[in-house]
Amino acid sequence: MTSSHRRRLSPITQRRLQVFRGNRRAVWSLWIFGLLFIVSLGAELVANDKPIVMQYDGHWYVPLLVDYPETEFGGFLPTTADYRDPVVHDQIADNGWMLWPPVPFSYQTLDRGVRGPVPSPPGSRHWLGTDDQGRDVFARVLYGFRLSVAFALALTVGSIFLGVVIGGVQGYFGGKIDLVGQRLIEIWSGLPMLFLLIILASLVEPNIWWLLGIMLLFSWLGLVDIVRAEFLRARNLEYVRAARAMGLPSRLIMRRHVLPNAMVATLTFIPFLFTGAITTLTALDFLGFGLPPGSPSLGELVAQGKNNLQAPWLGVTAFITLSVMLSLLVFIGEGLRDAFDPRHILTANQVKRPLSSGSHTPAESPRQGSLP
Amino acid sequence: MSDNRLFELRQLTIRFGSHIAVDSLDLHVDRGETVAVVGESGSGKSVSALGALGLLPTGTDIEGERRFDGRDLGKLPPRQWNALRGGRIGFIFQEPMTSLNPLHNVGRQLGETLRLHQGLRGEAAKRRIRELLTQVKLPRVDELMTAWPHQLSGGQRQRVMIAMAIANDPQLLIADEPTTALDVTVQQEILALLDDLRDRYGMGLLLISHDLNLVRRHADRVVVMRHGECVETGATTAVFETPQVAYTRQLIDAVPAGRPPPVAGNAAMLLSASDVSIVFPRPKPFLRPRPSAFVAVEPLSLQLRQGETLGVVGESGSGKTTLASALIRLLPASGEIHFAGQRLDLLGGDALRRQRRGFQIVFQDPYGSLSPRMPVADIISEGLRFHHPELDQTIVAERITEALREVDLPPDCGHRYPHEFSGGQRQRIAIARALILKPKLLVLDEPTSALDRTVQKQLIELLRNVQAKHGLSYLFISHDLAVVRAMAHRILVLKEGKVVEQGQCEALLEAPQSAYTRALIDASSLT
Repeated sequence: MTSSHRRRLSPITQRRLQVFRGNRRAVWSLWIFGLLFIVSLGAELVANDKPIVMQYDGHWYVPLLVDYPETEFGGFLPTTADYRDPVVHDQIADNGWMLWPPVPFSYQTLDRGVRGPVPSPPGSRHWLGTDDQGRDVFARVLYGFRLSVAFALALTVGSIFLGVVIGGVQGYFGGKIDLVGQRLIEIWSGLPMLFLLIILASLVEPNIWWLLGIMLLFSWLGLVDIVRAEFLRARNLEYVRAARAMGLPSRLIMRRHVLPNAMVATLTFIPFLFTGAITTLTALDFLGFGLPPGSPSLGELVAQGKNNLQAPWLGVTAFITLSVMLSLLVFIGEGLRDAFDPRHILTANQVKRPLSSGSHTPAESPRQGSLP
Repeated sequence: MSDNRLFELRQLTIRFGSHIAVDSLDLHVDRGETVAVVGESGSGKSVSALGALGLLPTGTDIEGERRFDGRDLGKLPPRQWNALRGGRIGFIFQEPMTSLNPLHNVGRQLGETLRLHQGLRGEAAKRRIRELLTQVKLPRVDELMTAWPHQLSGGQRQRVMIAMAIANDPQLLIADEPTTALDVTVQQEILALLDDLRDRYGMGLLLISHDLNLVRRHADRVVVMRHGECVETGATTAVFETPQVAYTRQLIDAVPAGRPPPVAGNAAMLLSASDVSIVFPRPKPFLRPRPSAFVAVEPLSLQLRQGETLGVVGESGSGKTTLASALIRLLPASGEIHFAGQRLDLLGGDALRRQRRGFQIVFQDPYGSLSPRMPVADIISEGLRFHHPELDQTIVAERITEALREVDLPPDCGHRYPHEFSGGQRQRIAIARALILKPKLLVLDEPTSALDRTVQKQLIELLRNVQAKHGLSYLFISHDLAVVRAMAHRILVLKEGKVVEQGQCEALLEAPQSAYTRALIDASSLT
């Protein structure tokens, strides 16, 4: 395959892009979600308890990236400098300057300067208030959003890989492999994931990798049926048989001829895997079997909202964050699903835009229309 | 306008958006007359009939005058349309597999039409159904009433469809390629039945077909269409004997002709199979003994020499494709297969895959045999790149160009995708994909049956040229003896997995030994 061929989008892809672009809600959701995720990727620059850059005694320092001991700035302890400590703060202010992020708290910074009891209500110091340990809610939401999305992304990629490989092998080879594989999967899917996680929580300190690993053991199951069905259907298509007659090995046939067909069903499934991963993580954190204490987690915020009904900003923030995030994902998912649906009819305003070249109207060749 | 005029279209124009599918078509059908609309695929035959009766999706633009039995169809309210369609106008569609509801038995499907249009119920309906099934000459009528569509053969299904179409004594019967999906021998019976019904009830019959052979035998008048326009019309004999337009002439002449290039006297044996049989085990029912296996092909032997073509003919279900797939080891079979001096049936895994470049296959369906997501150059070169990874880009590109030129396609079309090509062109791409590996044997599984006659003729010539040039051997599978005669040196006739007859092509066609072969020959009307 030469590179010039690759660069040209196939007409099917072009049509799908066009359908997706025509769905304005999905496009907007994608932009907003993308923007939120990019901002949350740079969370350290937005909310942090260290200055981004600073100058002290004519020297440059980058506390964001490098840990400096307190003795560097005239302190007594050789530990990492706490820039929020009034002594250190004044010392630096006298001998130089600091550039702080817009929110001078990280997700685990305990703000001792809060007036009144914690959780304290939103104000100019804490935009969304603090939680019951005096930590800034905005910072926690920002970091929590990033963690949720990253977790969901990793889980989705892993599930797709496992699901496609296992489903593909079962569907393509069929027969005994399929029969045995399906029975094993039925047994496997009978294992209760929640119990495993709870048991795990009592054996080890569950961190994000443990959670990811355990959930990955089960989350690919839903994908197998879809991929297997697609492979079962595709393995008897004439172009697959032609490839077999040509002497291509099974792995090449699967990758080059069958997989592109199965990917359509898989891609439509992604948004649901994604939202599923986020809600599961949130639920586990809410129950207390999830991420270790102190991690920025949306589920923990929900739990705090439940425990502190006198501080509604906790519950409301968690609710709005989760509902916005999941709604955006569902809208994107809808757009994707329509784009991959061959029976989806372009609505009037989409038809007005010129089709690729106009030379292949469906009327001219009805068989071609039914192909994808 | 004579009283006899049943159905008339004047200046019918049908547009899909900016595309004109039918352009100012004039057509009329009288009572008791068969009018045939012929043309290649995409010429607007079906669209004009469907459009005239309002069966096209909304959004299509229909102009012109349409009259049925003196009434203007353009001004008909929707309720009366429903009474007309299925009542006074009957339809028979091409695909008998999908036009019957698989969840209703035959009696119920017929009963539904009768209830809707005539209000017949109970015993009266049953009597009428029995009568209809007898009229379409179906055997064992009482059993059939409770039979499910999947239990019937294609021909029987089409008869049930015809029974449904004539259930309400229609004045006009529209048959859209009624026999295309059926075996040749069954085709004749179905058309004879339609002729008979037309004469008996004085119906008008509008026959839409691409098969001129059929039209010539059964139609009174012919309308030849091309690109949505009527190019010629007249009495059947006149049109066929003295066509006025070059295009009609071309259609009539598009009969596979000529003979394959002769085989050298000392040609080496390329493929020889002895006692090859293919058996499919049936699934074992729960708690009952496993039923005897299904024998798709009974033990048979065949030989094929270098440069020779063996035609395998038979009706659908006779095991032609199964045999070919087994010979090239796409299906498991028992028996010995020798290919170019090697025991093919003993090879497996990598050794078999390396041998595969020596024998290639071209499938029937030009729409399904090319991966829709790959550009043509990739499709053609895939096997080459796998079997010869040592070749560099420029040599591969050269070989692609060479292969495209060999099948008379423009060499610069490599970056285009399969859907941009017509059926005939796609079949050429499939042939190029096989030829690029320089095989010794090419299995052609009905390569021409999905194509129009004119395209078919070109493809046969192409295949013969390639054979003459490279000394290829063909295993040519077809149900159409006219095509086989133009291609094959020897013929093997299969029926239900058994060899009925085999021998030299000419000799076999002139003096067939079995009734089955004779029926096949009659049906394809060799001239």
